[in-house]
Amino acid sequence: MFPSRFAYEAPRTIDEAIGLLHEGAGEAKVLAGGQSLVPMLKLRFANPELLVDINELPGLDYHRADADGTLRIGALARHATLERSALLPGKHPTLAAVAPLVADPLVRTRGTLVGSLCHADPQGDWASAVTALGGAVVAQGPGGRRTIPITQFVQGPFTNALGYDEIAVEAVIPAPTGTPFGGYLKLERRVGDFATAGVAIALQTNGPGGSVSTAGIALTGVGSATIDASAAAQAVMGGPLTAASIDRAADLAAEAAQPKSDHRGSAEYKRHIVHTFTQRILTRIVHQQERAA
Amino acid sequence: MSSLFTEVPVDAPTVATRRVTITVNGARRAAEIEPRLLLAHFLRQGLQLTGTHTGCDTTNCGACTVLFDGVPVKSCTMFAVQADGHDVTTVEGLAGASELHPVQEGFKEAHGLQCGFCTPGMMMAATALLKENPDPTEDEVRWALSGNLCRCTGYQNIVKSVLWAAAKLRGENPPSGALLDTNGSNGAHA
Repeated sequence: MFPSRFAYEAPRTIDEAIGLLHEGAGEAKVLAGGQSLVPMLKLRFANPELLVDINELPGLDYHRADADGTLRIGALARHATLERSALLPGKHPTLAAVAPLVADPLVRTRGTLVGSLCHADPQGDWASAVTALGGAVVAQGPGGRRTIPITQFVQGPFTNALGYDEIAVEAVIPAPTGTPFGGYLKLERRVGDFATAGVAIALQTNGPGGSVSTAGIALTGVGSATIDASAAAQAVMGGPLTAASIDRAADLAAEAAQPKSDHRGSAEYKRHIVHTFTQRILTRIVHQQERAA
Repeated sequence: MSSLFTEVPVDAPTVATRRVTITVNGARRAAEIEPRLLLAHFLRQGLQLTGTHTGCDTTNCGACTVLFDGVPVKSCTMFAVQADGHDVTTVEGLAGASELHPVQEGFKEAHGLQCGFCTPGMMMAATALLKENPDPTEDEVRWALSGNLCRCTGYQNIVKSVLWAAAKLRGENPPSGALLDTNGSNGAHA
């Protein structure tokens, strides 16, 4: 298979890349890791006139924490780099849990977190984690930069909030304000398959009682877009995790899911998985808290 | 190579090509290519390096794995034009002038293949693993190869082959193929 003809540019500066997108007037697409875009081009689901390859842009392959703890992940930070990162496990356990579960090891060497957010696949893993963490995407266009919260950035299946002449240059994860806990569980039929269902949870606790101060729960692959199960997250906030609050959160997460029956399982089965995963991640967090105490 | 005259159909569009120079297995190779040419096709049809196999052509199977600047990638999922100025190693680049690469030797010793279709991709992914982790556990080998599909072997002997190669690369005496058989039922037949 090979794609329809397209023109190709590999600019060396972001301004040049944005200029090319602007001239492309909606018929140009950004190529980063390409692990979703190239298959879509080959299947001719996408037929852009121009590909703007940003892989040669310097200075985008970073992930770093600001002095205040805000995490910034550049547009060319590959999944594999995040998988090996020493920066994630302590402060950002949800991200650390996602990284090794994205696609397969070969896709992870090329694919990028920011690209995954832009692709806005309802089965994308990163969008769930970034939603649970209350993160955002920084878009740069001819008029400068703007920061778009992830819940507004992902607008629907394969639809993001970028203007045609904007590039998503980084993802931003807020600094933890308490003790961070989190996890990600995904059911897949085999490595590299799309998720049957996935659950991302990020929460922070404060004080000796381990009272949950902030929480986010997001669902992968059980709706037409990443689902922000905010009611489920609310259920565990304001006190320490208990068996009752965990059950309540699992019920609400399963309720928030909008799965469809398909070859990966029935809607009922997927809802059950969401319930189980929510319970399991939160229970593991309780065990971590017990070990730490 | 250049031709002063090529007849084309009257309605054929003008095709824009680009000049690329890619270092393949240590040698710089230049070509005029269309941007939509996949790296896998550049290697196979362009350079006749048919050791890189195209299996699924849908980013699933890993048979087309090559090293791009030393990192294993699926060559069916990037364009050759993206490799301009970069370094590509294919399975043809593994062996020395007269001897096999230890990973190739391992696949031979531990019977790491049956039909052989997935083998080049397996060996490239394994080579990348052993460069990063010279002493992997069986689990780490399985994890590193989880993007490469094999429809024949059940993976048992592939994993043994990589562990064999790891021992050899560490300068240890790798066990003979027969001794690799740990479970007695699905081992090598050496």
